[in-house]
Amino acid sequence: MLDFMNRILRDDGGSKDRAVERLRLVLIHDRAKVAPRFMEALKEDLIAVISKYMEIDEDGLDVTLDSDETSTALVASIPIRKMKRSYD
Amino acid sequence: MDSLVLVVTSGKGGVGKTTTVANIGTGLAKRGKKVVMVDADIGLRNLDVVMGLENRIVFDLVDVVEQQCRLKQALIKDKRLEGLYLLPAAQTREKDAIQPGQMKALCDELRKEFDYVILDCPAGIEQGFKNAVAGADEAVIVTTPEVSAVRDADRIVGLLQASGITNPKLLINRIRPDMIKKGDMMDVEDVNDILALELLGIIPDDETIIISTNRGEPAVLDQDSHAGEAYRNIVARLEGENVPFMTLDFDTGFFGKLKKMFGI
Ligand SMILES: Nc1ncnc2c1ncn2[C@@H]1O[C@H](COP(=O)(O)OP(=O)(O)O)[C@@H](O)[C@H]1O
Ligand SMILES: [Mg+2]
Repeated sequence: MLDFMNRILRDDGGSKDRAVERLRLVLIHDRAKVAPRFMEALKEDLIAVISKYMEIDEDGLDVTLDSDETSTALVASIPIRKMKRSYD
Repeated sequence: MDSLVLVVTSGKGGVGKTTTVANIGTGLAKRGKKVVMVDADIGLRNLDVVMGLENRIVFDLVDVVEQQCRLKQALIKDKRLEGLYLLPAAQTREKDAIQPGQMKALCDELRKEFDYVILDCPAGIEQGFKNAVAGADEAVIVTTPEVSAVRDADRIVGLLQASGITNPKLLINRIRPDMIKKGDMMDVEDVNDILALELLGIIPDDETIIISTNRGEPAVLDQDSHAGEAYRNIVARLEGENVPFMTLDFDTGFFGKLKKMFGI
């Protein structure tokens, strides 16, 4: 009940919630683009981790930020050449 | 005491850098420090009028760098406070009239004479910014609680880091308690959740800033000004005192919202 009341009361909130939300989204992109070699470094680390489990096509690796109105996702397309054998 | 070269910067224009330099500089001098304020906004001279010293300028920053005059000749002594000086910007020159190396040399020269060297940085991230930060030990980033200003502040954090200034302090200016109350302005916590910087101070949006600028007398000298009080607190923090942040006493909790809903 309290929770429900709280939600109603919060929804009457003004424009600042939008401001905070938009800032968070735009800064994800700004920081990723601006930091030197951010995406490169991320790709290298991804390759290192995933290679422990499978053989991948490093040149075909594609990592991007994908956004809609309310969220941003890190989308990675990683072509697999061969699976390593699991010994579990 | 070792002297401190402090750059006041923002990215976005019009958020209160010049106002902040004038008030911090004046406040520190009022406490007996030797202070020089350097207007590094070449081509858009401003700090002189905010300080009320515009009629006394003969030489400027570029004259000093180009050795058209000695440093002492270009420094304007404030008429109110002992130990407060202004080095004005050139009005008729381009931003690339000086280079970062020259600025750094100038700051090191000033360091010998003053406790504080405070640099008023131009807006933007180009040459003028690079010049202004070149000689600085520390930085204050000024923002307002608006999306564009906070975004630019975030960009500046990265650029300062690249210039070796790793711990900039944040000053949030032009806060409107009435708008925060209505949920139409980000509050201090919202802004600093995003930027995650050490908070140096918060300044209310206050008409005494405009009145004091009209008069050429920084609000920090006005005992009745809220913004002046906020700047006095900031000066004390720069001097190492532990001053609590001004209480922005808003009713934003559950019962505050309930009260608002029923109009009480
Ligand atoms: N806290 C404040 N309350 C009201 N007006 C302010 C405040 N801070 C700055 N201003 C006004 O905003 C304008 C821009 O300020 P200024 O210090 O010149 O910004 P900047 O140097 O960043 O361009 C000025 O007209 C100034 O008087
Ligand atoms: Mg200015």
